[in-house]
Amino acid sequence: MLARADAPSLLLIAPTGGGKTLAGFLPTLIELADGTHEGLHTLYVSPLKALANDIKRNLRTPIEEAGFPIRVEDRTGDTPQTQRKRQRADPPHILLTTPESLALMISYPDAGRTFKGLKRIIVDEIHALADSKRGDQLMLCLSRLQTLAPGLRRIGLSATVDDPAVIAHYLARHPDPCPILHADPGPPPDIAILPTTDAPPWAGAGGRYAIPDVLAEVRKHNTTLIFHNTRAQAEIFFHNLWLANDDDLPIGIHHGALSKEARIRVEQAMVEGTLKAIVATGSLDLGIDWGDVDLVIQIGAPKKVKNLVQRIGRANHRYNSPSKARLVPANRFEVVECIAALDAVRDRTLDGDLRLDGPLDVLSQHIACVACAGDFSEDALYTEVRSVGPYSTLTRATFDDCVNFVATGGYALRAYDRYQRLKEREPGVWGLRDPRAARQIRMNLGTIIDTDTLKVRYRGRGGAPLGEIEEGFAATLSKNDTFLMGGQVVRFEGLRELIVEVSPNPNREPRIATFMGYKWSTSVHLADRIQRILHSGDFSAFPDHTREWLDLQIARSQMPQPGRLLVETFPRDGRHHICLYGFCGRNANQTLALLVTKGMEEAGLEPLGFVATDYAVLIWGLKPVPDVAPFLHNDGVHAALESWLKGNAVMKRAFRNAAIIAGLIDRNFPGKRSSGRQATFSSDILYDTLHRYDPDHLMLRITEEEAMRGHIDFGRVELLLETVGDRIDQIALDRVSPLAAPLFLEMGKVPIKGRAESRLIQEEAARLMSDAGLSPD
Amino acid sequence: MQNGHIFTFAGQAMIARPSGALFWPAEELLVVSDLHLGKSERISRRGGALLPPYEVQDTLTRLEADIAATLPRAVICLGDSFDDMVAVTALDPDHANWIANLTAGRDWTWVTGNHDPAPTGLGGHAADVVTCGPVTFRHIAIDGTSPEISGHYHPKARLRVRGHAVSRPCFLRDDMRLILPAYGTYTGGMRTSDRALGQLMAANARAILAGLPMVEIPMPR
Repeated sequence: MLARADAPSLLLIAPTGGGKTLAGFLPTLIELADGTHEGLHTLYVSPLKALANDIKRNLRTPIEEAGFPIRVEDRTGDTPQTQRKRQRADPPHILLTTPESLALMISYPDAGRTFKGLKRIIVDEIHALADSKRGDQLMLCLSRLQTLAPGLRRIGLSATVDDPAVIAHYLARHPDPCPILHADPGPPPDIAILPTTDAPPWAGAGGRYAIPDVLAEVRKHNTTLIFHNTRAQAEIFFHNLWLANDDDLPIGIHHGALSKEARIRVEQAMVEGTLKAIVATGSLDLGIDWGDVDLVIQIGAPKKVKNLVQRIGRANHRYNSPSKARLVPANRFEVVECIAALDAVRDRTLDGDLRLDGPLDVLSQHIACVACAGDFSEDALYTEVRSVGPYSTLTRATFDDCVNFVATGGYALRAYDRYQRLKEREPGVWGLRDPRAARQIRMNLGTIIDTDTLKVRYRGRGGAPLGEIEEGFAATLSKNDTFLMGGQVVRFEGLRELIVEVSPNPNREPRIATFMGYKWSTSVHLADRIQRILHSGDFSAFPDHTREWLDLQIARSQMPQPGRLLVETFPRDGRHHICLYGFCGRNANQTLALLVTKGMEEAGLEPLGFVATDYAVLIWGLKPVPDVAPFLHNDGVHAALESWLKGNAVMKRAFRNAAIIAGLIDRNFPGKRSSGRQATFSSDILYDTLHRYDPDHLMLRITEEEAMRGHIDFGRVELLLETVGDRIDQIALDRVSPLAAPLFLEMGKVPIKGRAESRLIQEEAARLMSDAGLSPD
Repeated sequence: MQNGHIFTFAGQAMIARPSGALFWPAEELLVVSDLHLGKSERISRRGGALLPPYEVQDTLTRLEADIAATLPRAVICLGDSFDDMVAVTALDPDHANWIANLTAGRDWTWVTGNHDPAPTGLGGHAADVVTCGPVTFRHIAIDGTSPEISGHYHPKARLRVRGHAVSRPCFLRDDMRLILPAYGTYTGGMRTSDRALGQLMAANARAILAGLPMVEIPMPR
């Protein structure tokens, strides 16, 4: 580490728990030890606030023990305004922060002074940032810092990744070299599926069946971390865990939708070692070093191998002893997924899906952010942006489009000459037309798009904040409905000024809070492994219940075959269902569903909706589909989808996210919207308008790119259709097949706005009118 | 139904059109409310986002289509026709001409709204209140006892259909009141479950959903 300390960029790869964070700080501590450096020396950026906090604790101890004259502070969204202001004027030697906070600091006119003496930047958990827009934003910020502090050296800290060169390219200033250091990967982890008394259910996602077995493990270990993939699942599990917790073991819950106070309480208790177990989501799964965790339990399939590796690493944070982890598949399909993931960890293979090119919505935001700090030269900024790995191939024309978009909106109709956001002060030099716009730009910085949420409080003056729920969920609540929040059952009392007021109500069955949290899709690599296991027909490694289930699938229907597409049809609940086993990931399966439902709509088969998982997609409608093959022809698929996709909900969702990041529409801030008539209108309207009047607009290009590689994943659909050709096995069943059953409980159903919906709307309206005793006039 | 939902208000046959416009055949009268023309211009002028500047074009295109389909003798714009008074003068000259052509040869009334209190000078004439037969037209409903048609609230209704909800702009009506949805392209809505609308409308109020298919339901509370 120290031998390479002068490299302009350095990537350190070590398994979790290898003490790599402290290693990253070593050169800094040595350079600062003599007390001669004035101002900011090292910036540490991590994806999680909690991580910055944790590092502050771990760093201060050795600094104080050694008596170094080094000041360490953190700066996150939780840092008070006065302290932030002081930190800009009088920065500490080491500042610990997040990508969003860094972007904000760069947007101030005094950024040049704040960062002038900066020597080093440490990017922690860079593997977690490298496939996200947060990472792209951070790397753009780094290019800015490099200009402000030309001698800046970069250190990236990463968990084990399959292609370190990709991460190195991401981190380094292009085309600087970036040496890679590998630490000893340590002993193989002790991982297995947790044996349970009851078999996992046919479908479901909560892992409730395993609660007695989980409690038994909690009793046997010092501290157990129980990970869930979503907040809702964590809430439900925690609730049920408490109901079964007869010995009153101290168990806490931690996730991103809880109030800051609630999270800090749990974090504190963990540091003090007073908790036997913590039920958690992704908000805890990056390198935090808390307490004496000796067991990790993962509820639900881990979806990506790297998630599992990360989470396993949370147990036994000592370098030379194996981490211990147990998996609890939430349903029988997940048994297959868990076994595939375990194989992958043992084989040390990883997911292998990384995105490379930098998205233009993030670039547009960065341009606005730079303009907040002061006038900029477009030539210089272009050169700077090209030094960022993911933007190293950006063309000048595309860059100019982004500048034009930020400046004028980028419309074919030049309507905003008077109100441009950026003005060209002299040729090639741009600045904010109205400096007051900086405030609005700063408020919208960041690339994480949350669904709109409302705060939840106990009713009564000064009611304690409990956390947040999705606005869509809040809209479905009526008085006296109950739901789970922070593990407690609360009763909905009413909505006051966009605050959800509740009262405690421990005695009733809760309805479920539907926060989506972040939903992972199974990586390509895991999906391939799953498919291979199913094809093999060898289920000897499986628990009895799952083997029986898979055998049942063979008896009732058949297993999906390589190079073929299995399609099952069956009736259920008065609708006709089609299940296609595409095994091409959630997004591509979704596109497959769009393709099939489009064909169905045109053929008058009245599709109603669909839901996609990583392995299959389930479509339902009002009429049977005797032959799905005509809807799956690869010829002309691209053109048909092109025109049709533009109108659908998936594209509109992609547009909304990109439009918020690019600064076309403001984020909604909970509590800041007008509570009366909404002055705001849906982003769908903007999408439709742009599409109609300005189809070549930059935002639509961004949306399409996003959709094609992310939401739509068109390449995998084409590949699937090409591979399968006419080898489609359609089987008509009289009831739902064992493999299709779990799809009925999936979240994220997509409605089809077609004839069938029209018919249902009319039926429902007629029913309501007659119930209300109103005549149709 | 493609051309609208027919109902009786104040003893008169009326047609709620899928576009959100109201047509009164006996009077050959077309009524639209809350066009909010110039919204994107106003937002940019006030330092907000630079939204796609096509909403005037889109709103006028739809209005022109409604006029072509109903061939009205008279048109009433029920207020908030412009997002504010500056938006009137900032109007693109082509759009101003377009509006003038639409108003030409028709009895065209701009009812004043809370966003655009003064007359506009684009053809037609301005008025706070218009009466036509038994019906009074004004921007904001007041606590009246005679039949009244108004706008202002941008009502929208939710209808649950097998597990998901459809939300659309809507007309609201009871025996004395008819409230029109916002017609402008860049407009949002207020849910009928909002207290303001709940207090205004009688217990037997109904909502007619704009868009297709047009259906009438009891006003969701």
